[in-house]
Amino acid sequence: MFPLLQGSGSIANAEGALIIQATFLMLIVVVPVLFLLFFFAWRYRTSNTKAKYVPNWHNSKMDELIWWAVPLEIVLVIGALIWQSSHTLDPRVPITSDQPAITIQAVALPHKWLFIYPAEGVATINELRVPVDAPLRFEITADAPMNSLWIPALGGQVYAMTGMVNTLYLVANSPGIYPGMSANYSGEGFADMRFNVHAVPRADFDSWLADTKAARGSKLTAYNYDMLRALGAIQPGYYGAVDPTLFTSILAKYDTGMQKMNH
Amino acid sequence: MSLFGLLTINDFFHAEVAAVVAQLAVVLGGIGVVGYLTVARKWGYVWREWLTSLSPMRIGVMYLLLSAVMLVRGAIDAGLMRTQQAIPVEFLSPEHFAQIFTAHGVIMIFFVAMPFMFGLINCIVPLQIGAKDVAFPLLNSVGFWLTFAGAMLVNLSLVAGEFAATGWLAYPPLSELEYSPGVGVDYYIWALQIAGVGTLLSGINFIVTITTMREKGMRWMQMPMFVWTTFASMLMIIFAFPVLTATLTMLSLDRLLDMHFFTSTLGGNAMMYVNLIWAWGHPEVYILILPAFGIYSEVVSTFSQKRLFGYTSMVVATMCISVLAFAVWLHHFFTMGAGADVNAFFGIMTVAISIPTGVKVFNWLFTMFRGRIIFATPMLWFMGFLFTFVIGGMTGVLLSIPAADYQLHNSLFLVAHFHNMIIGGVLFGFFAGLTYWFPKIFGFTLHEGLGKATFWLWLVGFLVAFMPLYALGLMGATRRVADAAWLPIYQPLFMLAFVGMLIIGVAFAVQVWQLAYSIYNRKKLQADANPWGGKGLEWQVSSPAPIIGERHPLGVLTGILSLVGGFALVWQIWWVVILSLVILVALYIRNSFTTHLHHE
Repeated sequence: MFPLLQGSGSIANAEGALIIQATFLMLIVVVPVLFLLFFFAWRYRTSNTKAKYVPNWHNSKMDELIWWAVPLEIVLVIGALIWQSSHTLDPRVPITSDQPAITIQAVALPHKWLFIYPAEGVATINELRVPVDAPLRFEITADAPMNSLWIPALGGQVYAMTGMVNTLYLVANSPGIYPGMSANYSGEGFADMRFNVHAVPRADFDSWLADTKAARGSKLTAYNYDMLRALGAIQPGYYGAVDPTLFTSILAKYDTGMQKMNH
Repeated sequence: MSLFGLLTINDFFHAEVAAVVAQLAVVLGGIGVVGYLTVARKWGYVWREWLTSLSPMRIGVMYLLLSAVMLVRGAIDAGLMRTQQAIPVEFLSPEHFAQIFTAHGVIMIFFVAMPFMFGLINCIVPLQIGAKDVAFPLLNSVGFWLTFAGAMLVNLSLVAGEFAATGWLAYPPLSELEYSPGVGVDYYIWALQIAGVGTLLSGINFIVTITTMREKGMRWMQMPMFVWTTFASMLMIIFAFPVLTATLTMLSLDRLLDMHFFTSTLGGNAMMYVNLIWAWGHPEVYILILPAFGIYSEVVSTFSQKRLFGYTSMVVATMCISVLAFAVWLHHFFTMGAGADVNAFFGIMTVAISIPTGVKVFNWLFTMFRGRIIFATPMLWFMGFLFTFVIGGMTGVLLSIPAADYQLHNSLFLVAHFHNMIIGGVLFGFFAGLTYWFPKIFGFTLHEGLGKATFWLWLVGFLVAFMPLYALGLMGATRRVADAAWLPIYQPLFMLAFVGMLIIGVAFAVQVWQLAYSIYNRKKLQADANPWGGKGLEWQVSSPAPIIGERHPLGVLTGILSLVGGFALVWQIWWVVILSLVILVALYIRNSFTTHLHHE
């Protein structure tokens, strides 16, 4: 129901736990504030003439010290949490696992995502198939306006931008079908950029790989890549072979300036 | 090059029903206003007493009117979006939907919240510091008319052409010519450029006014909180708005002169735009909310019948917030790929803002402590604010944790959060201020019963409309899609949000009724100088406060010429651009020989 709190992968779960933990920390201040708001409003209503009325009481160094100190303490705790979690959950930190990692080059195109599996030599459009428990190393770029690759059940998003590669590690720890999308508005076709991630046992993944290579013969080359890019909304699709230089050539398209972006 | 630049007759024809209706509404509305003024022979009165008036009270009321008109448009946009997302029938194309969410954001921030804020500041700040006028009355008029011209330019986009379909901050490369070849982004750029200059001028004006024109004997630490928070907000304006102007200038150079500041190619870098626009954008939300905080401080003290608790720490907290607000902008794009150290730094700076904000909350609460609380409408708005604000503050802290933000960013959770702050924080505050100071501005109070009904409907409507969005965000729903309920599991919550929108619609209706009823019964609701028992200087003068100020046509002429020039820039009708610019410069040169604009 709430993949952001209870996901299907260790990254999503760690991020969900962080959200819940920080919420509880803040309730330490929020609950008393809400209680005081209603209590004071009720207790010091005009009709309650029995309540103490001190119209000129307007400062108390001790009290003020308390409410500079209490939020400060909580901010210190949350600050420590931020520092620590920003490093452990940095999207480019590899996930340790006994399974070999799979690299997926994700390219945001108008209306669609192109996913290249460079080691396996296949590619998919608007659909992902991954083995359960294998760390997924996404290398994300765009040949379109700014997008963001987001698979809520597996963990947080990272922006897809032209001429640069952003790295994102995710993992699916239980088999299932998880929706993914672009989260950053990118113009016409933005809503078409939805896809399903099929997390399957390693054996199923291997047989899918073999089928794809055997049955879907067409090869993704620089030539038909341009035709693919020009298409509007399309159904999920597969390429049994990919030109190994395609990803670098997509990046190189934008390497026309004086500055180099290093990531 | 044609006589009308890019503008052709086809730009006036829209394919979609909703777009045609909007176009007719603007045209008929314009004809209606002009027609009424002509038939009723009111042009002379309106020109003398309003359009050319330099009285801060009159300018303030015009800001409030502008804000109200634009609020209607922004709210209709919101209603269309909520409806489209709740029902499966597509009555808005994705392209039109994108124009609507872009316009909604731009209008609500620039042309509802900002004029609402400047309206209250103009009407009240001079009175609160015992000044008869602002430091630069003519500049004040120019500032208003530039804001007005910007707003009208956005409305003109409904008549001819289109508006930006990029989201309210128009990130490149989407906003570049390559992906947005139409005039929509140009309308966006020039509307904000014109209004932005107006805001900057007004910011300077009020800084000088507050610094130099306080009544003899009012020291800095004796200024009312609304004056302090206005001062902080205006300081932030003069630091932040030039960044907006520079950023949009670069974007317009990309579009008009084929430059490459933010393009994908030839060394352009879109990330630079994202940095710059948020270096303005984050301070902007504090520019809006600080004056609202000031209003809450006035209201809670008056209606608790007690002095404000912790005045000094309120001032310190306000200034802390205005400084910290400039050191957090990166939290809007933790997901852009910055390193863990950078993200963590900006996350911690963001959370640090909750310290001074928390202090304010406790000071307000302890102003109520041992008071004698009167639950008048402004006090209800304050309490409604505090209740919703702690929820929004909590979700804000969650968004400021980078690792949590990777999940929450761009989701409806984020949308719920900033509406929580802008509606519950800013809008409720301005409503409180409007109700509180209404008798000072107009001489009669607003009907209390209808005011309370409005408040409760707004509070319930807000909660029903936006709490489901938090849940939807946690379910993984993103913002800015017309068919947002594409997963069946989302549908019930979108329906609930739709119901909330209807309740807010009823709240609006009651609010209009309250205004109409109060105007009709203004004799009965007539207010004396101090109807609420307030302690500030503004309550020492009569209600309504006297209208003081001269007349000068330069402001309104600047507005008209900016609107014409802005429209011509959008459509690249260069001869009109040059002509309006030449006339404008000539007017200012001529005006610089005038020396008599002083009054005591």
